[in-house]
Amino acid sequence: MSKKKEIDDRFKKFGTVSFTSVTKVNDFIDFLEKGKVMGTCCQDCGMVFFPPRADCYHCLSRNVEWFEVSGKGKLVSYSKLKYAPVGFEGDLPYSIALVDYGDHKIFGRLAGDIPDDEVKLGMEMKTVVNKLPNGQLNYVFEKA
Amino acid sequence: MEKVAIIGVGQSAFVRGYPGSIRELAFEGFKEAVEDAKVSVGDIDASIICSAPEYDKQRSPSGVFAEYLGLIPQPTCYLESLCSSTSTGLRMAYSLVKSGLHDVVAVLGFQKMSEISSAESQERMGRGADIQWESPFGTMMPAYYAMFAKAHMEKYGTTLDDLALIRVKAATYGPINEKALFRKPVTLEMFNDPAHFMSGPVASPLRVGDCCANADGSSCLIVATEEKAKALSKQPVWILGLGAASASVNMAGRDLITGLAVARQASEQAYKMAGVTPKDIDVAEVHDCFTISEILAYEDLGFAKPGEGRELISSKETYKEGSIPVNVDGGLLSKGHPIGATGGSQIRTIVLQLRGDAGKMQVKDPGVGLVHNIGGVGLYGNVTILGR
Repeated sequence: MSKKKEIDDRFKKFGTVSFTSVTKVNDFIDFLEKGKVMGTCCQDCGMVFFPPRADCYHCLSRNVEWFEVSGKGKLVSYSKLKYAPVGFEGDLPYSIALVDYGDHKIFGRLAGDIPDDEVKLGMEMKTVVNKLPNGQLNYVFEKA
Repeated sequence: MEKVAIIGVGQSAFVRGYPGSIRELAFEGFKEAVEDAKVSVGDIDASIICSAPEYDKQRSPSGVFAEYLGLIPQPTCYLESLCSSTSTGLRMAYSLVKSGLHDVVAVLGFQKMSEISSAESQERMGRGADIQWESPFGTMMPAYYAMFAKAHMEKYGTTLDDLALIRVKAATYGPINEKALFRKPVTLEMFNDPAHFMSGPVASPLRVGDCCANADGSSCLIVATEEKAKALSKQPVWILGLGAASASVNMAGRDLITGLAVARQASEQAYKMAGVTPKDIDVAEVHDCFTISEILAYEDLGFAKPGEGRELISSKETYKEGSIPVNVDGGLLSKGHPIGATGGSQIRTIVLQLRGDAGKMQVKDPGVGLVHNIGGVGLYGNVTILGR
């Protein structure tokens, strides 16, 4: 009897509701578990990717390595939601946001504890791992 | 060079809760277009069926529609680029006709959004974005466009009132468009009255009145070769320019957040192909899925410089009597937005305008018209320039 092949579906742990379970960058979840937010960088041409990719469209190489997102980025824009899609109602209110790190940008959420009047476009932010109440993992932007 | 024409246009009324199935909904727009073109169904050599996926139980609607509309055994296929599906369909029909493969092609767009709840619909709309990296954060269309609004307001000083004035304009024309879902006037005071539903927050800074609504509808365009058009039609409208572009689905891949790169690229292509400039456009339809979207469109299309879109609306230059009338059929904000049918409805409006058939919405003697139709959050951009 052959052993049933195990499916590596670690990515189902990403975000409040994940719509993807299997990806070549499943290690992203292991890094989140360790408190690290990681992108990838092509070892052949130097392209930097966030979100991380397994494949480089620039030189078609699959030789990519992980790098840790560190330091500060700047808040490009955000929006605070009053309504949410199905499955996200329990998270309300929350803000989606875009932060620019110079050689890459990151889309995510603002940390829930930043008062509205302290959020300013251009403000410096850092990206940190966040554990959601339902046990899922994502990352949020905090004031740097 | 052989030209390509639109010889017939049609659309259903855009409604909430269409009392029929999707094939019956498709028939509404189709019947009007075929009757408008004064052709027989047998004259149509091929059909392209367009919608955004996942609203229907029916997989592959093209075969079902072709049978229901009497378009078998001619070839048919299904095509989508979210909210710009029918504009993409027109682009493909142009290629089929221009290549000589077919003489007359029907482009049919439809969407029946009312079979699912508004929240489920938002979830599907959110999944029109990057499902691997963005949707898990709880994204939805208004919030994405709200990020563009926030950045535009911050950089250029565009105000909430500027946004509201776009809706006020849309609502000026909704009442005179018999196909529109919203037929009532909207005032600036409604936006500034905290008790009025129009002022309710959706995704900051956008409010209820800044957002278009889901609807059910269909639209249809009959596209023909120059020879067929001249033989069959008294008033063919010619496709002068076509532009199309795509962008990173993930916001992290966008360099521009105060405009839509796809609209800038698509319009540049369309202007070049048509040999015209923004100043030559006499009437336009732009993709006002949100109020901010119309202001971005003014700038991306070159009707105003970046940051100066607000001046076009505050000076009423985009009203029917202004220098560049925009969305004088009420736009998506008044008509409602049945995703796959929207582009065809926009194109229909410009065709009617150029023929002088737009009734109460008619602008004075337009010669060249433009359609700006966007899929997703600037994921797909289509710009079409039409002329008499």
